[in-house]
Amino acid sequence: MTDKIFRVNMSTLTTSVEEVPAEWAGHGGRGLTSTIVAAEVNPTCHPLGSANKLVIAPGLLSGTVAANSGRISIGAKSPLTGTIKESNAGGTAAQLLARAGCKAIIIEGVPGEDKWYSLALTPEGITINEETELIGKGNFEVLSVLDSRLEGKQAVLTIGQAGEMRLAAANISIKDPDGGLRSSGRGGLGAVMGSKKIKFITIDPKDGKVAIADPDKFKQANRVFAKALVDHPISQGLGQYGTNVLVNIINEAGGLPTRNFTSGQFDGHEAISGETMHDTILERGGKVKHNCHAGCVIQCSQVYHDAKKEKLTSGFEYESIWAMGADCCVDNLDHIAEADRIMDDIGIDTIETSVAMGVAMEGGVLEFGDGAGVCRILKEEVASGSALGRIIGNGAGAVGRAFGLTRVPVVKNQAIPAYDPRAIKGIGITYATSTQGADHTMGYTIATNILNVGGNVDPLTKEGQVELSRNLQVATAAIDSTGMCLFIAFAALDNETCLPALVDMLNARFDLNLTGDDVVSLGQSILKTERAFNSAAGFTAADDRLPEFFYTEPLPPHNTVFDFSDEEIATFWDF
Amino acid sequence: MRVTIKLFAYFRDSRFKAENREIPDGTTVGEIVDSLGIDREEVGVLMINSRHAAFDSVLEENCMLAIFPMIGGG
Ligand code: SF4
Repeated sequence: MTDKIFRVNMSTLTTSVEEVPAEWAGHGGRGLTSTIVAAEVNPTCHPLGSANKLVIAPGLLSGTVAANSGRISIGAKSPLTGTIKESNAGGTAAQLLARAGCKAIIIEGVPGEDKWYSLALTPEGITINEETELIGKGNFEVLSVLDSRLEGKQAVLTIGQAGEMRLAAANISIKDPDGGLRSSGRGGLGAVMGSKKIKFITIDPKDGKVAIADPDKFKQANRVFAKALVDHPISQGLGQYGTNVLVNIINEAGGLPTRNFTSGQFDGHEAISGETMHDTILERGGKVKHNCHAGCVIQCSQVYHDAKKEKLTSGFEYESIWAMGADCCVDNLDHIAEADRIMDDIGIDTIETSVAMGVAMEGGVLEFGDGAGVCRILKEEVASGSALGRIIGNGAGAVGRAFGLTRVPVVKNQAIPAYDPRAIKGIGITYATSTQGADHTMGYTIATNILNVGGNVDPLTKEGQVELSRNLQVATAAIDSTGMCLFIAFAALDNETCLPALVDMLNARFDLNLTGDDVVSLGQSILKTERAFNSAAGFTAADDRLPEFFYTEPLPPHNTVFDFSDEEIATFWDF
Repeated sequence: MRVTIKLFAYFRDSRFKAENREIPDGTTVGEIVDSLGIDREEVGVLMINSRHAAFDSVLEENCMLAIFPMIGGG
């Protein structure tokens, strides 16, 4: 079965299944969403208007047995940043979409009538159905109602109240294999889906399978690849402690943004650390290891129970825990877990919303450390769409403007995540130059700045940071196109069998002769495509900057500032 | 002289989280790691007073040594 483009026009309420244009054929995941958005979306359009398009694409290897290949890319022009956006997530959608023979879903237009809809995709095509029952409901209720409505194991992508309200921090939630949620969190893509009045999308691949040109070669390459992943000690640590193993090491390095980015260390770090979380999960009978999609051999996810030993949340990530924890000075993991669950239910980005909460604390809305207050505001204000709730739900930048603050940690209006760029300078280059606003996943220099993976570059000096960020951003753009989870990068940076095996799988799947160099050029061209979109949308080099306070307020304990000149930052684009 | 040693992740198992120790002048990080029965191969990151260090780094009075296995996330 050759893959097709499934197109949905919400203005006319019509759908079609189209051949894949030749120039899109070699793309998948982020490469494809960005290529399509760049080709079809007017860069100056309003992100919530009819000219924006929501593009959903599985990676090139999604739907196959390749380890860790089930990540989905969702793209559009972002209502949060105004830039091009790709947000990457796990869950079952990528695999089932690929098995349904779908290269990408393109959703365009907005309905004329004030009605809500759902989309149902099968290998035959996609249908638009009016939805009434689930409007105004949170994501968990959507999942449970759909469980009884749908036959078989279908993938579900859904928005909560935040998406319906078109809040700029709204995410798109994706069902995981156990009925939990994973999120295409960043950049407000849930608001784009909400603007198109789509509450949820279901995917039923029937008995569809992904065609592999050379199955034997594929299997063999996957064996080498999976072994490289499993053997890497970092993969093992991720399985045991989750990504939250980072709290203590980033704190130790003095780069854990605390109290709305005024310190690099948090007194309560131990209470919210991966080590404590691991022990708590064991004690309460949760799951230490869990995967966001079948076929993941690393299993960084987990199921966290409350004190009554009932499931509270899953996929409890370092960045969410840092944001609600250190950044808001909440040192109670149960409050953070409850906030995480509420945010998953409302369908709002845990990073953006929690950083917004930290800014709101500085603005006097509530006290730093008030975890119960955070949960209350999420439930009573954000979920219901009160004026305060909408300000917070529009992200850290919106809160900063509403309260007249200057310490507002955003780049291109997207909240800076869990690593302070004054103490870990490489990540500052990534935040500044990323085509999508501040995002650690775009070029994870923490690997080399802090974790000694792929060599080491001193986090506190400027030396080598631009090159490090560039190399990682290029590699990441390529990896994000394969459907691979980014955590393959640790093995890829350290084990020389890993990347060639990945390239072999691409070749075996599509009957190609790609080399490592082709993968690098793919990454470069994706970054250039994204940047060209942003330039046409009005962004210039002057937008590739961190907020002023990072240049002027030294961060304890190292008491350093971010000190790259504009010219130094600009050299990032020399390729 | 006195130093504080902090261990992380599974290095804590049947050892400790943090401990103060009296050590002779000139003790290196590697010697401490060996004395704890930690395989050097398993060590991912070493920090003295929040700065990256190496096995041959020499400890100083009142410093804080942090020893991590290979870990990652993101
Ligand atoms: S390592 Fe974590 S994020 Fe990656 S595929 Fe596995 S569970 Fe998902």
